[in-house]
Amino acid sequence: MTDTGVRETSAVTDAAAMTPARDIRPPRRPGGPGRVRRGFAQWAWGLAGLLVVVLVWEGYKLLGPADGVVVGGARVLPRTTDLAMPHVWEMIGRLAEPVTRSPSAQPLWLVVALAALTTLGIAAAGWLVGVVVGVGLALVMQRWRIAEWGILPWIVLSQTVPLIAFAPVVKSWGSRVEIGAFEWQDWMSVALIASYLAFFPIAIGALKGLQSPDRIHTELMQSYAAGYWQTLVKLRLPAAVPYLLPALRLGAANAVIGAVVAEVSTGLQGGIGRILIQFAGQASGDPAKAWGPIFGAIVLGLVAAGSVALLGVILKDYRRTEEAA
Amino acid sequence: MSGQTGFREARAADAAVEISGVDKVFETRSGQVQALDTIELTVAAGEFVSLIGPSGCGKSTLMRIIADLDEPTGGTLAVFGKSARQARLDQEYGIAFQQAGLLPWRTVAANVALPLELHGVASAARASRVAELLEMVGLSDFADRYPDQLSGGMQQRVAIARALAEQPRLLLMDEPFGALDEMTREKMQTELVRISAETGAAVVFVTHSIPEAVFLSDRVVVMSPRPGRVREIVPMRLGTDASARAARTEELREERSFFEMVTAVREALHGSPVATGPRGVEHR
Repeated sequence: MTDTGVRETSAVTDAAAMTPARDIRPPRRPGGPGRVRRGFAQWAWGLAGLLVVVLVWEGYKLLGPADGVVVGGARVLPRTTDLAMPHVWEMIGRLAEPVTRSPSAQPLWLVVALAALTTLGIAAAGWLVGVVVGVGLALVMQRWRIAEWGILPWIVLSQTVPLIAFAPVVKSWGSRVEIGAFEWQDWMSVALIASYLAFFPIAIGALKGLQSPDRIHTELMQSYAAGYWQTLVKLRLPAAVPYLLPALRLGAANAVIGAVVAEVSTGLQGGIGRILIQFAGQASGDPAKAWGPIFGAIVLGLVAAGSVALLGVILKDYRRTEEAA
Repeated sequence: MSGQTGFREARAADAAVEISGVDKVFETRSGQVQALDTIELTVAAGEFVSLIGPSGCGKSTLMRIIADLDEPTGGTLAVFGKSARQARLDQEYGIAFQQAGLLPWRTVAANVALPLELHGVASAARASRVAELLEMVGLSDFADRYPDQLSGGMQQRVAIARALAEQPRLLLMDEPFGALDEMTREKMQTELVRISAETGAAVVFVTHSIPEAVFLSDRVVVMSPRPGRVREIVPMRLGTDASARAARTEELREERSFFEMVTAVREALHGSPVATGPRGVEHR
């Protein structure tokens, strides 16, 4: 009730509003010429940023000391040898070459892409579990204040446990699970660990979103004699969308990181985590090859976050905010 | 105070709201605050009653108690002969607040349809009712707009349409025009007079503007703060039936009787005749 000043400015135009369409702000039209130009500029700046990274890399490699910069016994900048920092074009060129010298070997980019897809599938499964658990916890915490007090500290605490520490534990527990025809697969352990990282931002974001409706809206629903479920479906969930989308994106990035780390620490074959370690071991003979899976992991994270951005486009109506009232 | 007899004129049999001896005490950190002290008020069906008074006189609290958004500490309250809670569950009233409180992700039409949707009105009936309501508030062309594309006054008109969606016999309004500029405000008041005459609903209207209360109301309930009490109930001499209400137009604002009633309400607010100052100037 204190934002009167803001609203008065917008309402000044309203006197003329009785003759319709005079005070109407232009409707937001997605994809007008301005929007296209802005989208193009965003991409251009993104590419420029990438170019800067490449220039810094090559510039340092050209000008930096061969043994890196050492301060007080600690190396703060890496060696500039071809072994430590291959040229950008070498790393990219290596992607097109076969993985091994065997005549039947696939090109490196294909191996990396297949491994990335495997990891993406596992991360997606983990993300979905994370969404279910995270939103479920948020619903419980929103419904009962006492649950928020009881659960929230544990949720925060859960993220302080180092992933590497419990990944093998999850794997060994999983290997003992066997219910009827269902047998625990190793990839499920990895997905579970991915979900462990993914659920955290989702739970926090969903809780904040579910709690976001103003008192005026909750009281309005109360005046309609709307019950908990009606209020949830018509008010709280739609209101939570703007909070949920960034949380889901964070969750997706976390799920990818979780899946890669879990693949490494449980030794799961087929994913990008595994070839990351494998190719790093071959780096002394083939330094550019080790960078293939690293690029793969980056693309993987971008794809995961990008899919959530797509979700944001679908839900764009829920991201409007009511101006001036 | 002389005006105390005013409310007794309303016939209890068809009363929209009957308040007797209602107290409200808030528990705060610094102790108890008496927000309302033995309030007596009856609002007849179809009657337009304004609650006016300085900040802290409990006028909003009283309206919230009628709406069953707050509970009285003592006394009894009946809305159309039912408890406030039952009246809320039966959707006997529509409500509008100072802020429009529209859901930003819903179009104007969908916002108006919200209460109908919640109460299971079939979609065809819903659509025709929404069209009717938007026609009434003059926003038919804006059905597919979103709230962020409307000005404050238009948003408030959507909120009023939403409050009227289920044809309530009682309309509760808490400073609905408080955030609007003066010109918009007068237009909205004229529209509200028309709408209330059209629907025949009783209105409890909270305001802190004397001209607004005088222009709109059949009776003005003047309240005083700490503790919130009904100081005086000033009957307006503009006629109380629907046809007389419809006759209230912009010209009224310039008539002598209008200024006399403004003075009467102001004197009731200040507790003594106000000799100085030009007539008709708003004191808040």
